[in-house]
Amino acid sequence: MRENFTKSMARNIFYGGTVFFFLFFIGLTFDTISVLPETDNRHNITGKVALGKKVWEVNNCIGCHTLLGEGAYFAPELGNVYKRFGHSKDAIIAFIKSRPVEGIKGRRSMPQFNLSDKELDAIAEFLKYTSEIDAANWPPNIQG
Amino acid sequence: MQYKSQAVAKPYFIAAIGLFIGQILFGVILGLQYVVGDFLFPEIPFNVARMVHTNLLIVWLLFGFMGAAYYMVPEETETELYSPKLAIILFWVFLVAGALTIIGYLSVPYATLAQMTGNDLLPTMGREFLEQPTITKVGIVIVALGLLFNISMTALKGRKTAIIMVMIIGLWGLAIFFLFAFYNPVNLVLDKYFWWWVVHLWVEGVWELILGSILAFVLIKMTGVDREIIEKWLYVIIAMALISGIIGTGHHYFWIGTPDYWQWWGSLFSAIEPIPFFMMVIFAFNMVNKRKRDHPNKAAMLWAIGTPVMAFLGAGVWGFMHTLAPVNYFTHGSQITAAHGHMAFYGAYVMVVLAIISYAMPILRGRAAANSKKSQVVEMWSFWLMTVSMVFITLFLTGAGILQVWLQRISEAPMSFMVVQDKIAIFYWMREVAGIIFLLGLILYVISFFVGGEEEASS
Ligand code: HEM
Ligand code: HEM
Ligand SMILES: [Fe+2]
Repeated sequence: MRENFTKSMARNIFYGGTVFFFLFFIGLTFDTISVLPETDNRHNITGKVALGKKVWEVNNCIGCHTLLGEGAYFAPELGNVYKRFGHSKDAIIAFIKSRPVEGIKGRRSMPQFNLSDKELDAIAEFLKYTSEIDAANWPPNIQG
Repeated sequence: MQYKSQAVAKPYFIAAIGLFIGQILFGVILGLQYVVGDFLFPEIPFNVARMVHTNLLIVWLLFGFMGAAYYMVPEETETELYSPKLAIILFWVFLVAGALTIIGYLSVPYATLAQMTGNDLLPTMGREFLEQPTITKVGIVIVALGLLFNISMTALKGRKTAIIMVMIIGLWGLAIFFLFAFYNPVNLVLDKYFWWWVVHLWVEGVWELILGSILAFVLIKMTGVDREIIEKWLYVIIAMALISGIIGTGHHYFWIGTPDYWQWWGSLFSAIEPIPFFMMVIFAFNMVNKRKRDHPNKAAMLWAIGTPVMAFLGAGVWGFMHTLAPVNYFTHGSQITAAHGHMAFYGAYVMVVLAIISYAMPILRGRAAANSKKSQVVEMWSFWLMTVSMVFITLFLTGAGILQVWLQRISEAPMSFMVVQDKIAIFYWMREVAGIIFLLGLILYVISFFVGGEEEASS
């Protein structure tokens, strides 16, 4: 690097640039938060959805699946599973309920979580809510 | 060793290597579960093995960063550590908390663990990388604050170099952004938005400060180049890292229910994120060319040069590959993501921790400056085995990812996820083979610590 570009100039760029862009980021964050209600489907958040999210979390579903493309890549995307299963909560519930305890020989299989009917309904409701978030047309098609 | 209190770094480094072995064992298990789906099922389902793999990674890297901080601070500030005792206490707190957490993952169902640890009081569990029980998270914060107190107090009474200031700012940032792990709203979009404040603002933000500072420290020691020059580079690199990386967070805000303008901000700023990594490459090679001495520790040199190169490939090149919104639309959440995650974490953070360990460990073990030639040769073999097999893991996952994206998301008759997984299984088999070679490289790395004595007086 050139001699007349000194260490203290470099340091000032670091501090100045960081502060500037961090404040800018905060600004964008505030704007995002203010317009989120248009896309984040919050008006459909109910007690059931909240319970569903909890069931999702305490069973670590994200450890195998993606949700809106984030998570693990071992099992299918679930952000749009409600749509993939023909807009049917019952189909989702039936699937989760019927997982064999000992798995499927030689193949990947989902654990049997022994959820109660209330929890099953809640998780399906949570996945329905998720599928109605406006995610800019992602995923590209129904396969997720 | 110039300062007695630097010795506290040693247990941190040893723990780091121990947990690294655990991480890779579980990596190999995961890789096998990809192709032999019922392997260890239902005893250790994939999601459990995955948490162990990723959480061990994070914890051992943190051990490495902390060890690096404790090693560097006295030498840089030219004074003994404020409290070596606190450093040792925090070491045991962190190790026990970490071990209990991993045992928890493996011994009871996750839902039971959540219940046992009172997740209902403050639900933070069950999100990727943040799976730890809330109480473990509190422990992490306490350990981080204790470390920060200790090294900040040391820096206050001693010389304040740029290297150590950058390290301290990086560690403060690490602790502060981790606090967002405690924010878990029901609103999924908000949850995801701030989840990235931990994950992205760590690896593409404050951790880059820690990375830069460790690298600068090792390069000063090994090349003897003027501090003024090295620290100028350091500032420019981290300036570029944060200028690009903060708004670059937007590359995670394309498809999660956030406003469309993030597709512009995220694409533009993350597209320049490779620059600081590229500068690190130029920096490292430049300093080595200008070196004023030939340090006898050739193995440490290899790690120090390898770090920027692999970081640039994994984070810079593989990151850029899928960071523009029109590309990411198709690759988001595919094996391409996994390919990038592996090489970026390995190249940037695994390698820099191994670089400081390689440099510091001989000195911590009371050797003049380096291990014996024989030991270094073994260590350099392990460098090549691990690095080359990581390149292959990345290439195989990229192959899998391209096919996956094509078959599942682009072709005229898109196939379902599970059908596609079957079709690309050959790539997962090859990844597993590369993973086993990685494990062999790691075993060799551990062996290098037990191979013959000390290097003759430095040349
Ligand atoms: C130092 C070396 C390694 C590092 C730094 C590392 C890091 C990671 C990270 C960060 C993830 C999360 C991936 C993501 O979300 O994109 C992950 C997942 C994974 N790792 Fe590794 N890993 C390493 C070695 C290995 C090895 C040797 C194997 C196996 C052969 C392996 C197999 C896996 C698998 C199968 C997953 C799960 C991917 C999924 O969710 O589908 N890893 N690893
Ligand atoms: C050392 C630095 C980096 C590390 C350790 C790293 C690691 C990771 C990991 C683990 C993920 C997966 C997160 C998840 O599980 O959802 C990820 C995602 C991503 N990274 Fe990086 N990364 C680094 C730097 C970069 C850079 C410099 C770029 C861009 C130039 C980049 C672009 C991306 C993108 C676009 C994604 C999202 C992928 C998706 O949509 O699925 N990363 N990174
Ligand atoms: Fe990122």
